[in-house]
Parts: sequence; C-alpha cells; structure tokens
Amino acid sequence: MNLFHVLKPGFFTTVQDLGRYGYLGYGVPISGAMDTFSLVAANLLVENNPNDACLEITLIGPELKALADTQIAITGGNLSPKINGETVPMWQTLTIHKGGVISFGKVENGCRSYLSIRGGINTPTILGSKSTYVRGKFGGIEGRWLKAGDVIEGFNVPPIENTYKMPENLVPRFTNDFTVHVILGPQADMFTEKGVETFLSNPYKVTIESDRMGHRLEGPTIEHKRKADIVSDALLPGAIQVPKNGKPIVIMRDAQTTGGYPKIAVATTPDLDRLGQAKPNDTVRFSEITLEDAYKRLFEYRKTLSSLVGKLIKTV
Amino acid sequence: MKTNVYMFTRYLPFGDSALIVEFGDTINAAINRKVIALSETIKKASIKGVEELVPTYRSLLIRYNPAETTYQQLISSIEKIEKALEEALLEAKKGRIVIPVVYGGVYGPDLSYVAEYHGLTEEQVVKLHSEREYRVYMIGFVAGFPYLGDVPDEIATPRLETPRLKVPAGSVGIAEKQTGIYPCETPGGWRIIGRTPIKLFDPLWQPPALLKPGDTVKFKPISEEEFARIEELAKKGAYKP
Repeated sequence: MNLFHVLKPGFFTTVQDLGRYGYLGYGVPISGAMDTFSLVAANLLVENNPNDACLEITLIGPELKALADTQIAITGGNLSPKINGETVPMWQTLTIHKGGVISFGKVENGCRSYLSIRGGINTPTILGSKSTYVRGKFGGIEGRWLKAGDVIEGFNVPPIENTYKMPENLVPRFTNDFTVHVILGPQADMFTEKGVETFLSNPYKVTIESDRMGHRLEGPTIEHKRKADIVSDALLPGAIQVPKNGKPIVIMRDAQTTGGYPKIAVATTPDLDRLGQAKPNDTVRFSEITLEDAYKRLFEYRKTLSSLVGKLIKTV
Repeated sequence: MKTNVYMFTRYLPFGDSALIVEFGDTINAAINRKVIALSETIKKASIKGVEELVPTYRSLLIRYNPAETTYQQLISSIEKIEKALEEALLEAKKGRIVIPVVYGGVYGPDLSYVAEYHGLTEEQVVKLHSEREYRVYMIGFVAGFPYLGDVPDEIATPRLETPRLKVPAGSVGIAEKQTGIYPCETPGGWRIIGRTPIKLFDPLWQPPALLKPGDTVKFKPISEEEFARIEELAKKGAYKP
C-alpha cells in the first residue's frame, strides 16, 4: 500500500528498525536506529510493534506527500516538523490526510527525528531486519538513503481508535552537551595514566566527520604508551577508538565490525541513544562508571522502555 | 616453533553487554585456531545469556545479556569449558575454497608496483600469491571481507599511503602479510593485484558470506575470457567455487 511520495529526500533519510543482530561474525554491522528510545516511542504512539521500521531523519528533513489517510508520530531530535506548513507537536499521535505534506524546518535540538507510520514501513526484511545499511547497499529502500520520487509503502491496517501523547517527564531533553558513561577497556592499558586522565576530564567536540558509522571528536590529545595500533579485533557500537593522532572516534551503528586502533573505553548502552542525537559542534564528556553501576543503569533503561506503552497518555 | 599464545588467557570488559577473551596479540594460526575452537565450543554448550560470538584474529568477542548472566559468571563458565576446547581444536575440519582470479592489468592495478617493490617479475608475484593455501582468520571491515594469511614475505607489501576512494567488488589485495578480497565496491587502501568474478557476500544467502573463519582459500590464476565466463555463471548463481 503506497503511503507517501517523497517530494524532497532531506539530507540523509533512511529506513531503520531496532537493528540486525547475529551477523557481526560475517562483517555485518548491527545498524538500526541511532536513537533506539525515540524509535520505540514513535512506534508505540501509533500502536506499532516497538521494532517496526520508521524513517530516521537527519538534520535536514524530507518533504513527504501523503497518498492515503494515515496516522504518524514524530519523536527524537526536534527538526521543526510541519504538516501543510503548520507546526505540529512531537511525541504524539498525528493524523495526516491524503494530499497532506509533511515537512521540516530548523534544527531546534538533537540531530535525528523518527517518523513512525501506523502499521510500519513495508520494505523487505534482510538478515532479520529492515534497517538500511548504506555501505553494504542492502536493507530499507534498495540499501540507500531516500531520493526524490521514492514511494514509501506501508501495510493496510485499520487506524487506531485511541491517540496518545508521551508524558512530559519521559520526553528526552537534548542539549548541546552530552555526558557519556563509559567502562574503561578493553585496551585502556595501552594509554598512559595521563592519557586516560585527559580522556576522562576534558570536553570533546563532535566534528563534521560524523555519521552513522561514528563520531570523530576533537579535543586534547590522548597519550598512548607506545603503540597506537593493535592486531584487529571486534568492534561494537559505543567503542571509543583512539588512533595515532590521539583524537577519539566513537563507533556507531553502521561502523565496520573489526578495527585496528586501541579502544580506551566503551560507552554504556543507554548513552548510545544520546550519542545518536549528537551533531557537529556538540560537546561530549566521558565519565567512568563501574560495570556494576552500568548494569543498574541498563536495567533501569530497559524498564523505562518496556513500561513506556503503559505510560502513554490517551488523548482521545 | 613459538606460537605466541598467551600463557594466561586475558579476559577484557567491553562495555555493559560484551566481553573479550584474548589468546594473543599477533597474527598467528595457533592463536586463531584457539579463538575459533572457543567460539564453536561456546555455541555447542549454549551458555545462558550468550547472544552473539564474534571471532577475530586473536580474540573472541562475546555479546551477552546482563539480565541473564554477568561478566564474572561468563568468565567462570568459559574457564570450565577449557577441556572441551582441546577436543574442538583436534577435530576442527573446515572448508577449502578455490577463488579464481585475473591478476594484473585493470583487474590488478598494483601488481606492477608489488613486483617492482620486491624486484620480482609480475609472473613471480602471481606464482607466489597463488601457490599457497591461506587461512581465513576472520571476516570484518565490510560485510563478507575475508582477512587471509599469511602472505609469503617475498611479496608482503605495505598499504597505499592514500587509500583509493573506490575499489571494485572482487578486488584481491595485499596489506603486509595479509591478503583479502573486497566483496563490494568500497574505499580501500590495500594493494590490488587482481580480481575475482565470484561473489563473496549476498545478504539473501544463509549464511550471507561464502567464507568463514578457519576455512582454507587458494587462488587460481585465470584468463580474462574465463573471468567473463565465470562472471556470467556467478550472476545466475550457477558457479560453485
């Protein structure tokens, strides 16, 4: 069922769900939404499954013309969404009629918006996921970002009778300054004590060379003991590599699955969502926590996600 | 011969949902065999909370669910299966795959450089590269890219100083003592000496990659005509390497 006609594609708009798990050993990255929490919320607001595919919209939003009446929700970073030129609220169920046009404007906060469509987006499931992996050229719409003229297909499902709104206290606030909790290792011992101290006590700036593969950061040089390379081992999103130049790179969801730079630390899972909303010139600070505390935070984060559906406010 | 396997296995934390079991810090078949044996042993033992295994040159990354197990519990489970590891090492039998390659020319623009660098003829480089059996150490970099080794010292060559923005799919490259095959068009810095017409990765295959860690690969020099013929067959899915 054709739901939207892409009039303008925006800067980098892709189809993403919660990601592709189980194929790292074949060199296939996890991909999926850079901000998982916002994707799940967008889905729940239109009574979708938490893992349904949404559009991930980066900085400059697309222009989409509705080909049928449907319900949507827009969450994540605030890119000033509009329907027919009128500003619309985020984090709640919206109705759009056939012929209506969704567009975006100024970046108010964050980096990525998620647009869910009632029933989900109908693209092929590849290796267990609908997520687009641009470098591998598969997933989503032909393995690429949207282009003008594309048609977004959905499923013929009945509209929901209730509409919902996220409670204010659960809406994440995105500023330009992110604190990321990290667990030191696996190769923290390849850095001098001073190097680790530099990493943990200074703000780093997100550079323009940042995308779904990773954030290159600028800031004080992190000192290695001797070597700045290792025999390649595995990477996961959140890993913080420090190549020879001493500037950290935070690995994100489309990154290669192995790498040859030492990893000083790995960001904790809940903070990956925040990193997914960091944009060039934003500040990132790293704060060390113990594994025990990281588990506690992870369980809290999972509880927030799994209880979200019961906490949405019915608006009709 | 010195194997470089650590006397004591290293366990390293990797964020809140993974850990690394490291057997060494060099590129070495004995270390890699141990990594793959551990990966297979854990798979068979179906340890609670283990979600995914990523074998690499010298270590195994284990992704786990901390709601079902912890870093410490996993380490003690792994220490207990060391005996089974010995058996897995003994029985390890893997695939042997022959990869047809056109060397040189537009297919292998760096073949002449590699020959010059070592004071060899192009034919000698081809012979040295294709007469040896290589071990698939790991798959990484991009989907389906096999890291193969070890390349004979006579043709081991450093990477390009500036990586190419586009390396065609199927390109066979050398980086020091490693050789590899680019499964798709991507930027890349390895010295490209040839190209294979066969497909290494297809997201619609199950599993999606032709090669897996522990397999053996041998390159077979072919002509341009054979390249075209195999390419046609491979497109139809009718070529069995």
